Amino acid sequence: MSGILVVSEHRQGELTPSSLEVIAAARQLKAEKEQPLMVAVLANNPDDYASQVNREGVDEIIKISTPEEEFQVDAYEAAINSLINERAPSIVMVPHSVDAWGYAPVVAERGKYGFASDVFGLRYEGDDLVATRAAYAEKIHMELEFPGKETVLLTVRGNVFKPVEGEGSAKVTDFDFSDASPHTQHLEYIEPESGGDVDISQAEFMLSIGRGIDEEENVEQFQELADIMGFTLGCSRPIADNGWLPKFRQVGQSGKTVASCNVYIALGISGSVQHMAGMKHVPNIIAINKDPEASIFSIARYGVVGDLFEVAEELRNHFE
Amino acid sequence: MKILVAVKQIAALDEDFELREDGKDVDPDYLDYELNEWDDYSYEEALRIMEAGGEGEVEIVPVTVGPDEADDGLRRCLAKGGERGIRIWDDAITGSDPSAIARILVKVIEREQPDMVFAGTLSSDHSFAQTGMAIAAGLGWPHAAVVNHLEYKPGDSSAVVHRELEGGLEEKLSIDLPAVLTIQLGINDPRYASLRGIKQAKSKDIEVLSHGDLGLSDDDVGEKGSLSRVRRMVIPEKGQAEMIEGTAAEQAERVAQIVKELKGAA
Ligand SMILES: Cc1cc2nc3c(=O)[nH]c(=O)nc-3n(C[C@H](O)[C@H](O)[C@H](O)COP(=O)(O)OP(=O)(O)OC[C@H]3O[C@@H](n4cnc5c(N)ncnc54)[C@H](O)[C@@H]3O)c2cc1C
Ligand SMILES: Nc1ncnc2c1ncn2[C@@H]1O[C@H](COP(=O)(O)O)[C@@H](O)[C@H]1O
Repeated sequence: MSGILVVSEHRQGELTPSSLEVIAAARQLKAEKEQPLMVAVLANNPDDYASQVNREGVDEIIKISTPEEEFQVDAYEAAINSLINERAPSIVMVPHSVDAWGYAPVVAERGKYGFASDVFGLRYEGDDLVATRAAYAEKIHMELEFPGKETVLLTVRGNVFKPVEGEGSAKVTDFDFSDASPHTQHLEYIEPESGGDVDISQAEFMLSIGRGIDEEENVEQFQELADIMGFTLGCSRPIADNGWLPKFRQVGQSGKTVASCNVYIALGISGSVQHMAGMKHVPNIIAINKDPEASIFSIARYGVVGDLFEVAEELRNHFE
Repeated sequence: MKILVAVKQIAALDEDFELREDGKDVDPDYLDYELNEWDDYSYEEALRIMEAGGEGEVEIVPVTVGPDEADDGLRRCLAKGGERGIRIWDDAITGSDPSAIARILVKVIEREQPDMVFAGTLSSDHSFAQTGMAIAAGLGWPHAAVVNHLEYKPGDSSAVVHRELEGGLEEKLSIDLPAVLTIQLGINDPRYASLRGIKQAKSKDIEVLSHGDLGLSDDDVGEKGSLSRVRRMVIPEKGQAEMIEGTAAEQAERVAQIVKELKGAA
């Protein structure tokens, strides 16, 4: 068993950025222990994506033509399982994407490969692979090992590894698999609703509220606070799921990335990975939380441990 | 027609905590258990299907793998509806990863023969996002992950679901049945149990099984039946945040000052 196989992903005609991050993670392992790095591309017409994953350090690009252009779970599983059987890589790495949540555990279970999801750290201890992921809502890190496993499948956390750059000179090959009969059928994509005037991805100053605000009646006071401060109001997912604020104000993986934000004040937000996916790049994060162990403090520039209502009340006095 | 709902008691840390002596987990004295947030949504989805059907047409069964205390999670579900639950536990199951947990649940499903299986998208303690799809792999059933909309009537041979993708995009797809779905937050608005429901749930039947009862061997569960093993846990270094101390008024003053400086500079 040797070699690292990366499965790249794409959606609506675009290679996903996390694909290039996973190649970067794979290159890091390759630097620790020299081994061939293969990148698989699955699409009805894989050619375009194949050239996009031809980056420095990639030795081989494996084109797999699937019946559908877009992701279809049964085809991905069948193709990846048979590719692993044929190439016998010691490590298989895929993005920790929603698509992968659907296929990766299935591939691992069928092949009885070692498996770890949402991995953000990787290293060898001697010959053994050690993968680090989070436990207990990000407050603790968990190191996993895979005794006796000749192949280990990992899903790699987004926004951790810097996407690979640089042209590669990989050889390109084709791989055929015997198609599985599909049990799901794509009908259509549904685009998220836009927020009219409010586009949090353009906002420079954001005040975001989370479950810590407790009740719907409390939303209004934070809208007022945001207004007098000249900030745009955002929120974590529970606030949008409860219907307390519209979805277009939600920051995070299934909401928006606050791409232009310079100052982000997080009130009563714990700092889940999915929330941080939309804001952890912001240079000035000010977190206000009553739990001193809240993981939001691990990415904040300034931290306030305290009751958000008290601090917000006082804050108001400085802007009125 | 039957829907089986896999539910999990997740472990949340107390404000203070210490690692166990072997360093492989948190000392259980510092853990509190509660039902995984996602399972409130998946159980609600099952309740709605049950209520939309005729009297006695749809049965829903919550199932959990966990020690005695996990009965609380089952009763939390049963307080809202359903007549019985199933809990599987014995010492050999300790140390099971989601793959081993799924293997146990597969045996229960083969015995119960439901028409549909729901699991949560992920668990809020360890965020594996693995168990539901591992169940589908074991059963060889159609599957879809991160479902935030479901159109389905008992007896249908396929359902229409929405998968919630990144950035708020959704994919609408049809899926053959029976299927395993992992249910996402926001798919519905979970109800609260009534006091009467909570009282009734206390006397509802919870069947307790061991892995042996399900025909599994010791090698199928625990660390041996797992795809990974915990090497150790570590408490990560604190970030670089400058902590603002003082009373709320002092903290707010400093925050205001920082904000004004940053806004002024922008
Ligand atoms: C596929 C997927 C996509 C997701 N996408 C997103 C997304 O885009 N955006 C998102 O936000 N989440 C997303 N989530 C959900 C995510 O996992 C978390 O559930 C969510 O981010 C938690 O929101 P929160 O921090 O507001 O709530 P919690 O985690 O409940 O945190 C509340 C915090 O408030 C603090 N608090 C409570 N009261 C007070 C007080 N009086 N004063 C000060 N602090 C207080 C608590 O200490 C706690 O830290 C997604 C999940 C999945 C599975
Ligand atoms: N011990 C368990 N017993 C029953 N269901 C479980 C268990 N662990 C996980 N699940 C199911 O898997 C979901 C969480 O997935 P995961 O993140 O893989 O742990 C939960 O919402 C449950 O539906």
